[in-house]
Amino acid sequence: MTFTFDPSLKFYVYLADAAFLGFALLALLGGIVAVGARRLIHAVLGLATSLVGVAGVYVYLGTHFIAAMQVLIYVGAVCISLTFAVMLARTPQEAARNPLFLPAKVGAGFVAALFAGLVLGTAVLSTHWVPAAEVVPDSHTIEAVGMRLLTSYALVFELISLVLLVAIVGSVVLARRGRGSAGPGGT
Amino acid sequence: MQPLLFGHLEAYLILALCLFALGLYGIISRPGFIGMLISVELILNGAGLNFIAFNTFLAPDKSVGQTFTLFIMGLAAAEAAICLSIAVAVYRHFRTTLTDELSQLRD
Repeated sequence: MTFTFDPSLKFYVYLADAAFLGFALLALLGGIVAVGARRLIHAVLGLATSLVGVAGVYVYLGTHFIAAMQVLIYVGAVCISLTFAVMLARTPQEAARNPLFLPAKVGAGFVAALFAGLVLGTAVLSTHWVPAAEVVPDSHTIEAVGMRLLTSYALVFELISLVLLVAIVGSVVLARRGRGSAGPGGT
Repeated sequence: MQPLLFGHLEAYLILALCLFALGLYGIISRPGFIGMLISVELILNGAGLNFIAFNTFLAPDKSVGQTFTLFIMGLAAAEAAICLSIAVAVYRHFRTTLTDELSQLRD
């Protein structure tokens, strides 16, 4: 994909660039809150912010359907279930009695992230990326994605459906166990 | 004219790299299950962004990367459901979700 604009539209291109920078900063700052917040509920909010920022970046890549799915699945479903888990499985006593961040772990994580960032960043910046010679026409539309899902990747699609079903049944079974014999069917 | 930022593949790759590095840092430094799961979600997002960016700029068929990112989202949802129910079950059993305090499968 090549972005070329009429030079007379300079102001609007700068505006679009500024909005892109805003979404990228939203993703980064949300991610920093998600890994650095002292309270888990703040971390979940940071993750939601970060995911909204990534959805905005998806719009710049021309994949509006993916951006909508990002907001629906990640921000709507995953973050809500994370909130439920945080409320179910964390008490204020536990938060008070344990230090949230051990210096050794923070140091190890920082070194690992720095190493990965340096190696991969060098790889990204030093590689000369070559675009494809010819592009399949109309292959970025939702129709094309739907055709892919139901023809070339039909087996993967069915497998993912099966994985989701097994995951949901398994999570129900797991979460019921250890609840005592209060409810019917409890062990 | 060319835009300064969003017309370049490297901008998206660097953003995805930052998300990946943040997630890696979080997985190692967070002491609890749920904090680690949040970091894993960040890493998966970096991967999805990479798929879409490479696909949009470099690949001839623009629908493959979108399909794979949808698969990543489905797997991430399944993984989140399983991990969260494990966290809740472990919390009910041991009264904690801190990985340092869990050293046995049952008591």
